Amino acid sequence: MSEAPEVKKPMGKKRIELDDRLKAYKGVWVFVEHERGKIHPVSLELLGEGRKLADSLGVELAGVVMGEPGEVTRSFCQEAFTHGADLCYLMEDALMADYRNEPFTKGLTDLVNKYQPEILLLGATTLGRDLAGSVATTLKTGLTADCTELNVDLEARSLLATRPTFGGSLLCTIQTLNYRPQMATVRPRVMPMPEADTTRTGQIIEDTLGMFEKDIITKVLEFIPDAMQDKPQLPFADIIIAGGRGMKKPENFKLIWDLAAVLGAEVGGTRPVVQAGWLDLERQVGQSGKTVRPKLYIAAGISGAIQHRVGMDASDVIIAINSDPNAPIFDFAHYGIVGNAMTILPQLTEAFRAHLATARKAG
Amino acid sequence: MHIVVCIKQVPDSAQIRVHPVTNTIMRQGVPAIVNPYDLFALEEALKLKDKYGGRVTVLTMGPPMAEAALRKAISYGADDAVLVTDRAFAGSDTLATSCALASAITQIHKDMPVDLVFTGKQTIDGDTAQVGPGIAKRLNMQLLTYVSKVRSVDLENHEITVERRSEGGVQLLKTRTPSLITVLEGTNEMRFATMTNMFRASRYQIKIWNREQAGIEDVTSVGLKGSPTVVSKVFAPTPRAVKAEIIQCEGEDPKELSVTLLAKVFAKYPKLEKEIAKRAV
Repeated sequence: MSEAPEVKKPMGKKRIELDDRLKAYKGVWVFVEHERGKIHPVSLELLGEGRKLADSLGVELAGVVMGEPGEVTRSFCQEAFTHGADLCYLMEDALMADYRNEPFTKGLTDLVNKYQPEILLLGATTLGRDLAGSVATTLKTGLTADCTELNVDLEARSLLATRPTFGGSLLCTIQTLNYRPQMATVRPRVMPMPEADTTRTGQIIEDTLGMFEKDIITKVLEFIPDAMQDKPQLPFADIIIAGGRGMKKPENFKLIWDLAAVLGAEVGGTRPVVQAGWLDLERQVGQSGKTVRPKLYIAAGISGAIQHRVGMDASDVIIAINSDPNAPIFDFAHYGIVGNAMTILPQLTEAFRAHLATARKAG
Repeated sequence: MHIVVCIKQVPDSAQIRVHPVTNTIMRQGVPAIVNPYDLFALEEALKLKDKYGGRVTVLTMGPPMAEAALRKAISYGADDAVLVTDRAFAGSDTLATSCALASAITQIHKDMPVDLVFTGKQTIDGDTAQVGPGIAKRLNMQLLTYVSKVRSVDLENHEITVERRSEGGVQLLKTRTPSLITVLEGTNEMRFATMTNMFRASRYQIKIWNREQAGIEDVTSVGLKGSPTVVSKVFAPTPRAVKAEIIQCEGEDPKELSVTLLAKVFAKYPKLEKEIAKRAV
């Protein structure tokens, strides 16, 4: 197992001079996650964010692509370039055809030790969290999960990783001062998708895994893909109609489903509503559920607790309906109606229906 | 078969309130519970014990009051309980926490060899999902995260076959024990505590280990000193500069409110109007 430099941290002093060995760590890396021949969107979102960090630090942005040998894996490098990467580290090996913790941990750890990036970002997916926790422990460095904001403190050359804390009631900024790389994960849809620039290109640096199948203890016997239709895809929905405890009764959610049907929207809800069994877990929006960024988010009977807000406040337009004029949701929604959601929702559905009918005639 | 289940006592986050003026957490009166995700891990371990025999040891790190979480676990049917508690652990981040727990598991292993370590997929207070992988790496155990089902255990050949949730589907994985498994929520339903176990829980002598007893010699590997991350700022989210435009009309007629709302929204966001119009086809 590779050992990262262990340096005593001076206590109670924020500004510190980096150890010389750690000063050699330069550059921002994004682990490019892919499954079944496609890059996970979170990796592209991270490249957009990584680009900003690399520019402020005046360093290069690199993608890390690991997978089975072939054109498909190689094409992910080009996709990383068009989304902001300057270069890509490419590790191709048949042992990495499916995700397994052991070869991916070794591969990524070896690359980090060899090329020494100062910042390493991964998506907070099942794969990203599995890998990030393993790599950070192996390297004995700091890792901050589920960041909602990334910045750099230029003076200390330190990553400022901000995340919700205490179930989302407050935010905290976490730094990894005297350890490198500084690692962080970010959930899908938290960062905006960068514009692709197809004229961009970059350098590919190839490396090898150096493992044999017999060294890898865990075997993949089978992969059973999800049927795409039967799972709601809230994170990528363009319109979401969401309800909270203010909907009073599970039966009242019909009003939300009606509006969603008219708009071809997804239905979401707050944690209390999901815990009460009014909606599936897959439809929970917020800190312990999904992060969404639709073009339109209609919140009915949702007070706007911070746990919910962190999951949806990147929505383009937020409309809130709540009977309490002092509900926090009105502090960050774009439009509000103070009133009873049960009487307003049917009228709103009608208004949308009428609008669509006009559009249909015109169109 | 010996399974160690790592659990954590957490404040019931559903009941945490932030002081509206000082923006500090109001901890008073917030009940402490067993991290709900860990209960799935415990139940899965108890099910395996029912099927294959063996013992289940629950382990936690925390303040002395965390003993209550262990007693709860015993009332559900765990056999043994270890609390690792020491002032030296204060301020531990996930890396330091995994060090303390891994070391404690090594001590438990000396008394009775450990075949499996189970834990929840994450806690509801930290939400990091990092401690499980950390323990596995420190103990050089095979790591299986987000396991939704244990299909079978082959005690003789030290093999376990599980279903693991991945982004786009389910992986069927086979690995060698000892291994560390983080159990996905919804995998099972926690059994009821029996009278016998509740009685046992109230009288059970919990093993309480300090840093040395947990086998940690290097004091700089735990607590603040063993934590690469530091919290440099805690703050309340900044409110948006502009608050919501409240739609009003005479008599507050829901129909008129809705029509006015749409007119205003579409006037300001013509792109959204086009997006919605697409759905008319």
